[in-house]
Amino acid sequence: MSQIPREMIYDSSRRPHRAIEELIQVYQYRDLILQLLRRDLLTRYKRSFLGIAWTMINPLGTMLVLTVVFSQIFATVHGYAAYILTGLMAWNLFAQTSNAAMVNLVWGGQLLHRVYIPRTSFAISAVGVGVINTVLALVPLVVVLLVTGVPITWAVVFLPISFLLIAGFALGVGLILSVFAIYFPDVAEMYQIILSAWMYLTPIVYPEEILPASTRSLIMTLNPMYSLVKLFRLPLYDGRFPTLMEVLPSAVIVVVALVVGWVYFSLRSDEFSYRV
Amino acid sequence: MENNQSLAPLPEDLAILLENVSVRYRVPTEGINTFKEYAIKWLQRRVHKIDFWALHNVNLEIKRGEVFGVIGQNGAGKSTLFKLIARILQPVEGRVVVRGRVAPLLELGAGFHPELSGRENIFLNGSVLGYSHKEMERKFPSIVEFSELGNFIESPVRTYSSGMYARLGFAVATDERPNILLIDEILAVGDESFQRKCISRILGFRDQGSTIVIIAHGMETIRQMCQRAAVLSHGQVQMVGKTDEVIDCYRSLQR
Repeated sequence: MSQIPREMIYDSSRRPHRAIEELIQVYQYRDLILQLLRRDLLTRYKRSFLGIAWTMINPLGTMLVLTVVFSQIFATVHGYAAYILTGLMAWNLFAQTSNAAMVNLVWGGQLLHRVYIPRTSFAISAVGVGVINTVLALVPLVVVLLVTGVPITWAVVFLPISFLLIAGFALGVGLILSVFAIYFPDVAEMYQIILSAWMYLTPIVYPEEILPASTRSLIMTLNPMYSLVKLFRLPLYDGRFPTLMEVLPSAVIVVVALVVGWVYFSLRSDEFSYRV
Repeated sequence: MENNQSLAPLPEDLAILLENVSVRYRVPTEGINTFKEYAIKWLQRRVHKIDFWALHNVNLEIKRGEVFGVIGQNGAGKSTLFKLIARILQPVEGRVVVRGRVAPLLELGAGFHPELSGRENIFLNGSVLGYSHKEMERKFPSIVEFSELGNFIESPVRTYSSGMYARLGFAVATDERPNILLIDEILAVGDESFQRKCISRILGFRDQGSTIVIIAHGMETIRQMCQRAAVLSHGQVQMVGKTDEVIDCYRSLQR
């Protein structure tokens, strides 16, 4: 197929597998995803006084509060502010992105009743927005690292992989959630509760050493965010490359979440426009 | 599941083909608004749904280059039919085949964002319609010219009047000649002079060979514009044929 026919023929009985069709359509509509991403970023910052600075101030504020509250308790942690901020940023990337992937589809889904677009567009652009916001928040993070005396090493070149893994996991989870949230608005609210419980089950504000050995191994195996946060923290806070055995299990979980989310979402997505 | 007959290629002279198409909505008998309610009712085995067939066993052939009218009362399945052609809905049963690019003029400016300027919305809306950024850069000047928005193009869309909004939507959707144009007649765009401009553009598309399908509400438009038409009633095609005969059939149904 060197030449694309001028008149494409759409045949509802000759569609490839939904998950593959969705991939093809996402590629064909890639400019739409960029436009949605641009729209989200622009409208978020256009009419706010501090504009883009909010992305950086937000995690800093939370970090400040947590540092003030907990620094006495966790006084043993070297550069506690940096420890919290690295953990928070990884967590926020996941939590905000998976949530936005779900909410965008529910609120922006009106469009699905009016015109054909690939249904994953909203989730993918939400992931893009989350990644860009987190990259911006790296700026104040570097300042915090310098102030708290945590050395910045070459291990930071590993960060893009950490981003990729967390974003991929968030997309997979977000897609699965979307399928439910489109039918039941309370799923979005329930997810908020789950998220806050999940955050406290992940060593973000506390050092993992304070957990009893049994709890710790339970969290390590059952909570994928444990290792994903760690993969974000290692190159920044600990200043070293993760070992292969630290990366591999997470990578497998991310791929599984992504594939399951993508396939499940694609299979169910034909029904979305039937929702009356 | 798919027999050989249903996989026959689209005949050369057809633009749209529907074979035994059915669309079913499942409507819960009572409102279930939250997941909690659903879970409880599901446990009590009280989730009942009734099937509503928006279209049932519809067969329709629309030829290339013809102007085709669809008439029917509210809820007869006209919009569902359009959504199938525009790929928004998938049929539960049957087959829908569509040749070429479809421009649905059902709701103009789908996906406009009120905070963004007209310029930004042109690109956003264009990408929603499946055009690449490059294509939109090429189209941009003629879209602005057709929409007659002038300097307003840099203002946020929330400051636009509804006429301006519709003009911009129409200009984006019809900048390139589509192979198939879906028009809901109820759609009135701006003032009278702009409406004339829209109609002459649509007629131009017709003369260049586009297929046009119109949801008609008044019988006059359809008599003037369409060669053939179909009557839909309760999700089924009652009649397809010459416009005059179809209108007679529709009138007799209403009695």
